[in-house]
Amino acid sequence: MTRYIALRFLQAIISLLVVMTIVFMLSRLSGDPVQLLADISASEEQMEAIRKDLGLDKPLAVQWGTYVRDMFVFDLGESVTSRQPVRELIWQRLPNTLQLGFAAMAISIIIGLPIGIYAAVHRGSRWDGFARLFAVLGQSMPSFWLGVLLILVFAVVLGVLPPGGKESPESIILPAVSMGYLTTAAIMRLTRSSMLDVLNAEYIKLARIKGLSETKVIWKHALKNSLIPVITFSVVLFTLFLGAAVVTETVFAWPGLGSLILEGVRTRDYPLIQGGVVVFSAIYILANLLVDILYGYLDPRIRLT
Amino acid sequence: MAVVVLERPERSPADWVAYVLSGLRQLPLLPTAILVLLLVTAIFANLIAPHSPTFGELGDSLTPPVWMGQSVAETRTVVEGRALDFITQISLSEAQQEIEEGKARVAGGSELVPGVELEFLNPGGTWTYILGTDLQGRDVLSRVIHGTRPSLIVSVVAILVAGSIGTTIGLIAGFRGGLADAILMRLTDIVLSMPLILIAVVVAAITQPSLQNIIIIIGLLLWPRFARQVRGEALALKQQDFVARAVVAGSSGLRISVKHILPNIVPSLLVISTLQVGYVILLEGSLSFLGVGVPPPQPAWGLMIADGRGLLATAWWTALFPGIAMALTVLSVNLFGDWLRDKLDPRLRQI
Repeated sequence: MTRYIALRFLQAIISLLVVMTIVFMLSRLSGDPVQLLADISASEEQMEAIRKDLGLDKPLAVQWGTYVRDMFVFDLGESVTSRQPVRELIWQRLPNTLQLGFAAMAISIIIGLPIGIYAAVHRGSRWDGFARLFAVLGQSMPSFWLGVLLILVFAVVLGVLPPGGKESPESIILPAVSMGYLTTAAIMRLTRSSMLDVLNAEYIKLARIKGLSETKVIWKHALKNSLIPVITFSVVLFTLFLGAAVVTETVFAWPGLGSLILEGVRTRDYPLIQGGVVVFSAIYILANLLVDILYGYLDPRIRLT
Repeated sequence: MAVVVLERPERSPADWVAYVLSGLRQLPLLPTAILVLLLVTAIFANLIAPHSPTFGELGDSLTPPVWMGQSVAETRTVVEGRALDFITQISLSEAQQEIEEGKARVAGGSELVPGVELEFLNPGGTWTYILGTDLQGRDVLSRVIHGTRPSLIVSVVAILVAGSIGTTIGLIAGFRGGLADAILMRLTDIVLSMPLILIAVVVAAITQPSLQNIIIIIGLLLWPRFARQVRGEALALKQQDFVARAVVAGSSGLRISVKHILPNIVPSLLVISTLQVGYVILLEGSLSFLGVGVPPPQPAWGLMIADGRGLLATAWWTALFPGIAMALTVLSVNLFGDWLRDKLDPRLRQI
């Protein structure tokens, strides 16, 4: 297990380095930063001075090294547009992204779990069919379009919820629903199949033969064991939400990390893009690492591959 | 981990024809019909679309769909002499002119005298623009029709790119094993653990949006899904007798991979590719929605939804119809993919 964790950890660090390198190369490809920083009237010597000041006269490998070191000590530079340190901008926005992720997770579990259990117990019933239809639709619905529809129905037509931003506590409802919709379907499917597996197990049959009531069989015996994969999957959900954050936050003008990065993209604010993407990726990779470790812990066979 | 290897029966060409025919008889009718319709629409978009997808009549801006009647946009009080407040008042002579042009009516249908309320009307829908127009007066239906093109082109080409890279890497890793396998699979894991859409957004933003760039980006980010599956299958096939015999017969590794292993993987490759089409369409849509995908003024569903997002209060149709087109397409592709999987390779059901 220690070896497995160590390997996964190493791999996570390499992943992060790869992301950093991609971002580094892209920011170098996007043009000479000195041209952006210097006055139009700046002489060749002044430009050279700026270049030296920024360390841009050194070989690329050295620049890359300095950049990676800065990233690891969280020295992310200063935003070109707002002149604030990127680190602070990220600190302001990050809690909102996490908040949204947890809200969406809560929604998918609260809705997905009971329907999944019900669908498994009453296999082939109308609810089972409904659950499967819901799952298929969930996979096919563009999440940003669902967001737009939610705004249309609840903010424009009914006028009961705010269309975006984060002024009031209920602002979180629409983005969380639009994010959690797809994963609700996933949780439902997973609960259903995991529950069905357990219900076919020998010890459930034994419990029934013993004469336990159906309620007791389901709630005391089946549910506990069928929840293990669902709980593990909840962590996977979190990485999915991080992936969806950029789009959902943009649809609802939710002030999170995803929309911050997109603002950087729109204003060509490279330090902001660079810092945002690296921090975001670090969290994403860390969450993935957690998933791997959790799976490895629960299912020893995985450690071998 | 124990690997259960199912022997695949060797099939003669005649068997294949019979197999395909029997499969066709059970085709999921609706999804297939929608997909065929979609393909025809994409190919003949120029002939089908009633208007230009990129040029609009500004005068017809925000016309609602055909079934929508006229609606009241605003009301002003008619006053004698000059209107002092342009927002709430209108002079008698101007009101007369507006009514004659059919742009307004008197509230309650009474006579036009000072003091009554004048209702300004939004134009109703016309058969010229069946699904209405957007802010620039472009026909929504024509744009939805032309929008099938980027979606289909991106998904087909990107999956070809990802499929070729993934299959090559998966074959090498699975067949060669050892160090090559270890390195390639770690590489796959690394790409899989990166936030795909974020990387795509940043790359697309910096390399300037174009159809070509989106295809390359999506293709480069999607290959690990293919590589993993192909590797697994290659590993299983490697244990089989016919591969051992080919080795004994002196075939090179390349020859065995291409001539013996690859043909056996084709059904799974078809299934995975089909199942990825829906995902890629959604990915392209998200990128276009974020403004880093298909560049405007080209018609793309994601772009149209992004434009419509700001017009929800006045012109909901600009965002609704491209979304319906996209959801229907992805739904059909997914249902078709599910069917294909059950037909060709039920073992893939877990994915």
